[in-house]
Amino acid sequence: MAEEKIEKRRGFLVGSIHAMMGTISAALGIPALGYLFVPAREKKQGGWIEAADISKLTVNQPEQVIFQRVRRDGWKVVSEKTAAWVVKTGEQQVVAFSPVCTHLGCAVSWNPGDKTFACPCHTSSFSPDGKVMAGPAPRALDRFDVRVDGIKVMLGDVKKSAEA
Amino acid sequence: MLNKVLDWVEERTGATSGVAHFLNEDIPGSSGWHQVLGSVAMFCFLVQFVTGILLALNYAPTPPDAHESLRFILTELTSGRLIRGLHHWGASMMIVVVVLHLLQVFLWGAYKKPREATWMLGVVLLLLTLGFGLTGYLLPWDNRAYWGTVVTTQITAKAPIAGPYILRLMGSEDGQIGVQTFARFYGAHVLLLPPITMLLIGLHVFLVRKHGVAPAPVETEPTKKFYPGQVFKDTVAIFVMFAILFALATLVRVPLGKIADPTDTTYIPRPEWYFLFLFQLLKFFEGPLEIVGSMVLPGVAVGLLFATPFIDRGKAIQLRQRTFAIGIVLLAGIGWAGLTAAAMRTTPIMLPWNSFTAEEVAAVGSFRQGQCWQCHGTTPGDAKSGPNLADIAVHEDRDVLVAHFQKHAANSGLKDSQFRQLANFLRNLDDESVAALPLTPNSVVAGAQLYMKNNCGVCHIVRGAGGKSGPPLNGVASRRDRAWLEGHFMDPQKFSPGTMMPPYKFNRPEMDNMLAYMEALKD
Repeated sequence: MAEEKIEKRRGFLVGSIHAMMGTISAALGIPALGYLFVPAREKKQGGWIEAADISKLTVNQPEQVIFQRVRRDGWKVVSEKTAAWVVKTGEQQVVAFSPVCTHLGCAVSWNPGDKTFACPCHTSSFSPDGKVMAGPAPRALDRFDVRVDGIKVMLGDVKKSAEA
Repeated sequence: MLNKVLDWVEERTGATSGVAHFLNEDIPGSSGWHQVLGSVAMFCFLVQFVTGILLALNYAPTPPDAHESLRFILTELTSGRLIRGLHHWGASMMIVVVVLHLLQVFLWGAYKKPREATWMLGVVLLLLTLGFGLTGYLLPWDNRAYWGTVVTTQITAKAPIAGPYILRLMGSEDGQIGVQTFARFYGAHVLLLPPITMLLIGLHVFLVRKHGVAPAPVETEPTKKFYPGQVFKDTVAIFVMFAILFALATLVRVPLGKIADPTDTTYIPRPEWYFLFLFQLLKFFEGPLEIVGSMVLPGVAVGLLFATPFIDRGKAIQLRQRTFAIGIVLLAGIGWAGLTAAAMRTTPIMLPWNSFTAEEVAAVGSFRQGQCWQCHGTTPGDAKSGPNLADIAVHEDRDVLVAHFQKHAANSGLKDSQFRQLANFLRNLDDESVAALPLTPNSVVAGAQLYMKNNCGVCHIVRGAGGKSGPPLNGVASRRDRAWLEGHFMDPQKFSPGTMMPPYKFNRPEMDNMLAYMEALKD
């Protein structure tokens, strides 16, 4: 009888120890997960930046443009150089591709010889309208939002292209 | 399956039997609740270790980014406030627990032979804990951190002979502190102190195991096992401590002040509460005697702590017969409490709006007139339809904010210039100044608006903003009384003949507001 009582008491003590330690671990662990995995509450930057002059572009002739863009990078607001490949497709129509290869992020460049965007890393290549022509790239080149204001070509955010 | 894995681990590492051996330690029959504090102290260290690493994962350890990144942690990240709160209050908690642990061991005389080395290691661990507090204090890089550390470095600089070298070690010359001091403090806080502390905690625990838990002078009960009886008591104590810590971290906000500003002469530095008694002690020693307060007395106190087991070499006796030890603890406690209370009483209270320019106080008025509080909370956790200004940082451009005001406060009667001032004000808000939005008295706000309307700033300076042809107005109320000020507004020539100031015949309510504002202008 006494033995049974001791055994019961021991079970209570061990159970309580585990419950308290478990509670503390959860109280620390759950906020830590939120802290590490939930994205920051930063505002979307948005906004249009003038990147090119449409009168200086030739139809179906991609041009690389470099412009300054302000971006929130964690706790910093950085003004950084950003590149885009702009292609005039009509009188008042322009598309702008992100130069970042959709495979592993190398910078693609225009190859005027065979009229493709070529990635130097794993030989992905893209047609002038951004579609994958060869190589391991999983989807077409990403595009900037574009607005043409008179002669000004304004670029907005980069939109991810659809999966191929 | 689980048993198989455990067997495998046991066979390869001996982990299971090691833990069992650790838990099955024999402890004296008299052991109990009074001996839980060592475990609680160790757990405090663990909490600091975990929360410290989490903070470091989103922290840029160099000024001025240190401040910006901490602000990012507090205002942009999930649980950022909680984790910072746990680390901040955990530091205080750890000091309390470590000191209580020391007091318990002291009162029970548990430092006696053969436990002298355990005691001395414990004293070193206390000093390391204080070292963590000292170095961590600078890391938020706000005014509190900056000016507190300036005082610390100036004190150490006065040590005889070693002073200049200690100062160099702190990365400072002539008591100036900058990025180099910051790097030294950060390096010490995260790279130097943690491994040393862990090593010494390990040794401390090893010695506790080697000599066994100190028994009572007369043991009447048979020895018992550490697990689960004493482990349960330790865990309850840890749980209670953690519950208090968690409540503090959730309920008591640790403000991040304005970024460190070496030119801000209005800031009144105060050390963390556990160093306040030293701060107060210093006031009793002036000139060449200063060193007595800053070095000699603390040095003697630490020396006595180390020497305690060698001074008191008598046989272990019952707690209630240790009247001398109890007397010392009571005296030290009274002395500490008295000094701390005196230091707190002499700390001038600065209200957020005391350090504002007139334009900023007037902006508080625009905030109220525009009824911005209908949608925006201004105290932590005050949930309304718009973002709570106490919980976020405003980093929208001024034009974006002005457009927002024009849209949402169109019928408020506020002018565009007032919108712009409000936008500037909101962009500069921090955890401390945001309290001005709900708390600034209406009379002070109205006085500041009157001040703006009458362009007093053309001739007078408040907090660095304004013209220089008239006298600066901060501290004016401590120089002149109410009657003088009122008379001077009505008829300046009568009070200061030849003054350029024109008379301002305010009506009664206006005058009261203006005087309320003047009285809010602290030095």
